[in-house]
Amino acid sequence: MSRAEISCAEVVELVTDYLEGALDAHTRSRVEAHLAACDGCTGYLDQMRQTIVIAGRVEPDRLPPPLRDGLRRAFQGWRGRA
Amino acid sequence: MYARRVSAPDTRPGYVPSADDAALVEALRAGDESAFMQLIDDYGPQMLRVAMLYTPTRAVAEDVVAETWLAILDGLDRFEGRSSLKTWIFRILVNRARTRGVRERRSVPFSSLGDGEERSVEPDRFLPPGDRSAGHWAAAPARWSDLPEERLLAGETVAAAHAAIEELPPAQRTVITLRDVEGWDANEVCDLLGISEGNQRVLLHRARAKVRRALERHLQGAA
Repeated sequence: MSRAEISCAEVVELVTDYLEGALDAHTRSRVEAHLAACDGCTGYLDQMRQTIVIAGRVEPDRLPPPLRDGLRRAFQGWRGRA
Repeated sequence: MYARRVSAPDTRPGYVPSADDAALVEALRAGDESAFMQLIDDYGPQMLRVAMLYTPTRAVAEDVVAETWLAILDGLDRFEGRSSLKTWIFRILVNRARTRGVRERRSVPFSSLGDGEERSVEPDRFLPPGDRSAGHWAAAPARWSDLPEERLLAGETVAAAHAAIEELPPAQRTVITLRDVEGWDANEVCDLLGISEGNQRVLLHRARAKVRRALERHLQGAA
């Protein structure tokens, strides 16, 4: 299968749209045909997928304790007024 | 007590109010402090991050978050479940943050996407024009799924991703955090930030490209 139709540099810039399902059918076919014949872009797509997985492991921040405590007190105050 | 909920985007027709949301609102009305603190912990950090897009300083963003929670509590009786609780909370937040930002003359972060073209990968990773295989990878990127999982998902690797995310420009940082760290779907992010799907994808694309590059340096020591 020829990968001459679309270059690797172009595929790299289409990767997000591809993963989001936002490519039109024709472009998606061209990207998939390219991926089938290109170890480089297959590797890049794999790295992008792993990047998303790793990002998903980032622990969300915590609120700064003074703010958190202030909110708790605000709730207690609100409850007392209600 | 209340599990972290994944809300359905309420922009769909026929949105069905969540029983979880109703139970949570009832608990808050009844003065259940642990329910309130759970809600704070679930949404607070993201609220702070979003507020910081609109406010000049972190201190102002913290004020906005605090004011928002008071507005939420005072407005509980008016919450009818026509949107998800999360959407309702974040809409109040964004309105307040914008108002405060305008007052403090902070520029709107999504008015432009910045300079036009950003390349995901350095051009010298591809074979140059004139080469028989111009435009193709000079060396194929390694598959990370072939790496041992304990290396790929090690604390240090996750920390490298986190550090890269923190370095991103604010709009890119917000989008990748909401989408990939927090698991919001595209509709929710676009709705919250008032941006088009296309804009959201551009921001996500640029953010992910930078994080990937940082991870590549961390995992392989290469630029």
